[in-house]
Amino acid sequence: MDLGQHASFIWASYGALILVLLALGLWLVLDGRRYQRALKDFEERGIKRTSGSSPVGSTD
Amino acid sequence: MASHMTDSIQPEKRQSLTQKFANPTRFMALSGQVLPWSLIAAACLISYALYLVFFVAPDDYQQGQTVKIMYIHVPAAWLAMMAYGVVAVSSFGLLVFRHPLADVSAKAAVPIGAAFTLIALITGSLWGKPMWGTYWVWDARLTSVLMLFFLYLGLMTLRSSIEDELLASRLTAILALVGVILLPIIKFSVDWWNTLHQPSTGFTSSVHSSMRTPLLISAVGFTLLFFSMHLKAMRNEILRRRVKTLTLAEVDRQSRG
Amino acid sequence: MTAFFRLVVRDLELAFRDGGALGTALGFFLMVVAMMPLGLGPDLNLLSKLAPGILWIALLLSALLSLPRMFESDFDDGALEVIAMGPLPLELIVIAKATAHWLTTGLPLVLLAPVLGLLLNLDLASAPLLVTAMILGTPAISFLGAIGAALTLKAKRSGLLLALLVLPLYVPTLIFGISALTNQILNTGGAGSSLMILSAVSLFALVLGPIASAAALRAQMQ
Repeated sequence: MDLGQHASFIWASYGALILVLLALGLWLVLDGRRYQRALKDFEERGIKRTSGSSPVGSTD
Repeated sequence: MASHMTDSIQPEKRQSLTQKFANPTRFMALSGQVLPWSLIAAACLISYALYLVFFVAPDDYQQGQTVKIMYIHVPAAWLAMMAYGVVAVSSFGLLVFRHPLADVSAKAAVPIGAAFTLIALITGSLWGKPMWGTYWVWDARLTSVLMLFFLYLGLMTLRSSIEDELLASRLTAILALVGVILLPIIKFSVDWWNTLHQPSTGFTSSVHSSMRTPLLISAVGFTLLFFSMHLKAMRNEILRRRVKTLTLAEVDRQSRG
Repeated sequence: MTAFFRLVVRDLELAFRDGGALGTALGFFLMVVAMMPLGLGPDLNLLSKLAPGILWIALLLSALLSLPRMFESDFDDGALEVIAMGPLPLELIVIAKATAHWLTTGLPLVLLAPVLGLLLNLDLASAPLLVTAMILGTPAISFLGAIGAALTLKAKRSGLLLALLVLPLYVPTLIFGISALTNQILNTGGAGSSLMILSAVSLFALVLGPIASAAALRAQMQ
C-alpha cells in the first residue's frame, strides 16, 4: 500500500481526523459518566427526581 | 417573547418527529435505544469506506494518492455546514416554538459542528500543500469554512460568558439565526472576492464513479457518526440539567433545613 | 416620527457631551494606521497599494471600540426600559441608536480616513471613491454592530466577545469596500458594481440589525 511521495500529508490528515474525533468522543463519554455518577450519588442519598415532572422543563 | 426572526421553513416531517421527542424522559429512553445502533452503523460504514479508499479506489489521474484526503475532507466540510443547519433549526425551534429540547439540541450540536469544521480546515490545508504548494490558500471555499468556524467560536463563547442559562440559550439562538441568514452573503462575497484574485480552482477534479461510491459511503458514515454524537451530547446536556436541578434543590433545602 | 428624531437627537447630544467616545475612536484609528508602515516597512508604493485595505480594516476596528456603549449606558440606568415603554417599537429604538452611532462615530472616521491616507501615500485620485465606499459601507458596521452590542450586554469580557461575534459579519462590507477601489485602480470600471453591492449589504444590515438586536434586547430585559 504505497502512498506515494505525499504519504505524510495523507497520514497527517487522517491523524488529525482521528485525533479530533477521539477528543470529541472522550469528552462526550467522560461528560456523560460524570453526570451519571452525580445522579447516582443523589439517588443514594435518597433525593429522588420528582418523577413525571421533567426537570428540563423546570429549569427553563 | 414572539420574536420576528424569519428563517428557513420548519421541515414538516421533522416537526412531528420533534413533537414525539418533546418529553425529555421519553427522549432519553428512545435515544438510549437508537444510540448504540447508529454508532455501530456509522463505524461499519466508515471502516468499509476506508477499506475501499485504501485498498480499492484507483488513484486520481492528476493528484495521485493525495485524493485519499478528499474522502475525509469533503464529508467533514459537508458536516460542518449540516451541523450549523441543525443549530439553526434548533434555535428557530427554541425562539419560535419554545420546544423544550430545542436548546438542548442547539447546545449539543455546536461543539460537534466546530470539531468537524476544524477537521475540514486541517485536512483542507494539508490537501492544499501537495495540490497548490501552500498550506493555506485563500480559496473561496476554505475561507468561508474559516468564517463558519468563527461563527461556531462566537456561539460557544457567547453562551459560556452569560451566567443566566435561559438568557444565554435565547441570545445564542438569536446569534445562530443571524449567522444562518448572513452565511450565504458571506459565502457569496468570499466567492466574488476570490474570483478577483485567481479563479477558484475546482476543489475535486471530476470525480470518477469508482471514487464516488467510497465518498458517498464515507459521507453517510460520518453523518451517522455526527447524529450519534449529537444524540449523546443531548443526553449529556439533559443529565447535566437534572444534576443542576437536584443540586439547587438540595442547597435550597439545606438553607431552609 | 418626531419621537424617533427626538431619540436620535438625544443620543447625538449625549455623544457630543462626552466627546471622549469619539476621541478614542479617532485616536485608535490614527494609531492603527500609523503603526502599519512601522510593521510593513516604509516602501511607499507598497503602502499605497495596501492603503485602502489598511484604512478599511482600521476603520472597522475603531468603530468596534465604540459599539458597546450603544446600549450600555441606557441599559444600566434603566433608561432603555423607559424608552422601550414609550411609543416607539424596540426595532425603531435600535435604528435610532445605530443611526446615532453611525453619525457620531462612523462618519467622523470616514472623514478622517483620506487624511490618514496621506500617511500611507494613498493617491488622492482614489480618495473620493474611498470616502464614498466608506460612507456606503459604514451603516452596515453600525447596524450589524448593534446586534453584537445587544447580545453582549450582560456578558462577561463583552468587549473581546463583541469583536469575535461581529467581525465575521463585517466580511461582506470589507470585501466590497476594498474591491470598489481595486477595480478602480485596475480601471476595469467595476467600481460601480461593488459600490452597489456594498450599499445592498448596508441596506440588508439596516433590516437584519434592528430585528435581531430588538429580539436580543427583549430577551435581556425579560
